[in-house]
Amino acid sequence: KVLSAAHKNNINNIKAAWKATGGHAGERGAEALERMFLSFPTTKTYFPHFDMSHGSAQIKTHGKKVADALSNAVNHLDDMPTALSALSDLHAHKLRVDPVNFKLLSHCLLVTLASHHSAEFTPVVHTSLDKFFAAVSTVLTSKYR
Amino acid sequence: MVHFTAEEKSTILSVWGKVNVEEAGGEALGRLLVVYPWTQRFFDNFGNLSSPSAIMGNPKVKAHGKKVLTSFGEAVKNMDNLKGAFAKLSELHCDKLHVDPENFKLLGNVMVIILATHFGKEFTPDVQAAWQKLVSGVATALAHKYH
Repeated sequence: KVLSAAHKNNINNIKAAWKATGGHAGERGAEALERMFLSFPTTKTYFPHFDMSHGSAQIKTHGKKVADALSNAVNHLDDMPTALSALSDLHAHKLRVDPVNFKLLSHCLLVTLASHHSAEFTPVVHTSLDKFFAAVSTVLTSKYR
Repeated sequence: MVHFTAEEKSTILSVWGKVNVEEAGGEALGRLLVVYPWTQRFFDNFGNLSSPSAIMGNPKVKAHGKKVLTSFGEAVKNMDNLKGAFAKLSELHCDKLHVDPENFKLLGNVMVIILATHFGKEFTPDVQAAWQKLVSGVATALAHKYH
């Protein structure tokens, strides 16, 4: 298993943290992308066709896509390779995003959640989320070669 | 060499002015040790690091965190010459402390996350971008004298 099910605390932390986003998961996804494009300009090379201005409709839409995928992952923590299999194929064969970029987006997701949900973002929750994003990244790059 | 625009400098200074260095330093180092437990390898003599609450409450962690963040204040004062400002510390981290520079990146990112928890919405994407430049510049400067 990519994320050990023995870590029940981890699982609860992750689900609770994601639930804390309320109905705003899509907005958080978009904000994370915006943060990533500004802080790590090289990540923009994967989106040459995007309007990168603040409030861009494309970033909003893509942010929601990312958030929905993460919500799916949260609901399948025991079973991520299967649940994310199609996305894994997509990243391996079509998108081919260099693995280093998953760390950059993961960091910006953490920053976004930390800024909106500081009370819930304890060191323990921070750890669980960091592990979760790392595990998702591993799954998404697992079929690269 | 990293170059900061006048706006980035002003953003960084404005945030730094509101940071409680003692508190934030302890929090940053504590979170580094909690989130990335392998970093504890440098702190065998720090006493009880057995749980997240032990780590966050550990007085040696707090004291050392304050030291580290105070030193980071030098970066804020020397944004145009980070390599020069951190030359001695770079030698120290290589020759005496034997710290893998990867750890500077980890700590820098933890610091950014802490700023996000403290400043909330005020820590906008633009503000974050300026700070990512700074922490990255410091990490590079601290690694510069490695051999």
